[in-house]
Amino acid sequence: MISPTRIRKEKAFKFIATVATWTSVLILIVLLTHILSEGWRWLDWQFMDSFPSRFPEKAGLKAGIFGSIWLMALTASISIPIGVFAGLFLEEYGIKGIIGKIIEVNMANLAGVPSIVYGLLGLTVFVRYFGFDRSLLSGALTLSLLIMPVIVVATRESIRAVPNSIRFGAYAMGARKHHVVFGQVLPVALPGIMTGVILALSRAIGETAPLIIVGAVSYISFIPEGIMDEFTVMPLQIYNWAGRPQADFHQLAAAGIIVLVSVMLVMNFVAVLIRHKMQKRYRF
Amino acid sequence: MNIETVLSAKNVNIWYGEKHAIRNISLDIYKNHVTAIIGPSGCGKSTLLRSFNRMNDFVETLKQKGGIFFEGNNLLEADPIEVRTRIGMVFQRPNPFPKSIFNNITWGPKIHGYTGDLEQLVEESLKGAALWDEVKDRLNDSALELSGGQQQRLCIARTIAMKPEIILMDEPCSALDPKSTIRVEDLITDLKKDYTIIIVTHNMQQASRVSDYTAFFYEGKMVEFGQTDKIFTAPKEKKTEDYITGRFG
Repeated sequence: MISPTRIRKEKAFKFIATVATWTSVLILIVLLTHILSEGWRWLDWQFMDSFPSRFPEKAGLKAGIFGSIWLMALTASISIPIGVFAGLFLEEYGIKGIIGKIIEVNMANLAGVPSIVYGLLGLTVFVRYFGFDRSLLSGALTLSLLIMPVIVVATRESIRAVPNSIRFGAYAMGARKHHVVFGQVLPVALPGIMTGVILALSRAIGETAPLIIVGAVSYISFIPEGIMDEFTVMPLQIYNWAGRPQADFHQLAAAGIIVLVSVMLVMNFVAVLIRHKMQKRYRF
Repeated sequence: MNIETVLSAKNVNIWYGEKHAIRNISLDIYKNHVTAIIGPSGCGKSTLLRSFNRMNDFVETLKQKGGIFFEGNNLLEADPIEVRTRIGMVFQRPNPFPKSIFNNITWGPKIHGYTGDLEQLVEESLKGAALWDEVKDRLNDSALELSGGQQQRLCIARTIAMKPEIILMDEPCSALDPKSTIRVEDLITDLKKDYTIIIVTHNMQQASRVSDYTAFFYEGKMVEFGQTDKIFTAPKEKKTEDYITGRFG
């Protein structure tokens, strides 16, 4: 016989878990409907294709969109190779002993450092010391620092998940280490690494604080043409609009949020897709 | 039959940290014959097998002394890559690469700079492993879609593709069902025409079915070595008799 208390406990637990799930879903729904209802009517081609303006009906997100694209492309091309190779090195070649442990702990800590700290670092090092000024390059380098630990950790975890039996199978055929790492381990780990990279980039695309510090400007009426140009990004434009007194600008901010959230949703969806596909392909 | 020694272990000692796993074993392996190493769990049979192609290099706490001579050279002091190229290994659990069947076969030869006809190599190797007829129409399918028995034969095929002199098998049937086991055993008998095979097994019937020579290991020592039919019908040592009659192990 199962005692009635155990059944009651089971039911209570299920109830709490259900409530917890639906609370978060509900908050998301409320947030999204609020933003949609505020920003929907501003969302048109004119909004996407205009530069910022003093007049809400003429203002648009064009500078932010292009700035974000530039910044993400630059950030990705800096952070992905360095992050993935660092993760690969740490996991497959590794630094043994106490130094290795210190690096590991530090990497985990770096992933949790507030983004504003990276902004200050970027300001000191890239903007001032290297003299890159308030450029896309400074912003991209700063964001790269910010998401690199995330990419490194994701890479290491995906590589660690590759079964050792594959490595041994490859070694038993007289493979050298680089054959094993690049021919066997990396292809299997790649979907996991890509998932991590996309999630890291979707964090970077929403970052505002470090970019304010390194001097992204919110009033920009041109599309950047090179990595040394000044720039703005979507979240910064939204931040700027939301800070203005007029209600119309608040609604513009909501429209901007819709665009930004859509981009992030697509990125996360792609990440889920890759992970799903990977699970189908490699089942051990 | 003409008997030629191809691999010769001399006074091999292996330690895992403090544990003395292989105690002064000397063993000759004969060319184009199947040698089975039997014994209860923990007797060191797999440990010695892994020394034959330097897979023990990956165990950090492991120390090995003595000599394993292959064509006159001590392979414990040779380049492990070279050793593994010429002495292949099939593992306990089938471990095909997560690639297509075709690429499973070609991966090894390719990294060693094979320039011959890949399709011919794949066909030959799969035929050699008695797998060709089952997979010839789906060479580009993932190897992971094969059954366990097919996967193990694929692992044998990819080992054959390297054209090794010796194939080591570490309990190759322990993860397989009885039907697949018989197919792999038949295959082993076929393979000895071209290769020398050393098989570790805890299954005595298997050893008696497939092997020409049998070595019985117990607690890191080699208790007895001889022709398989003699070991199984007239063992010299009491321990061997007790083991093969199922009194322990």
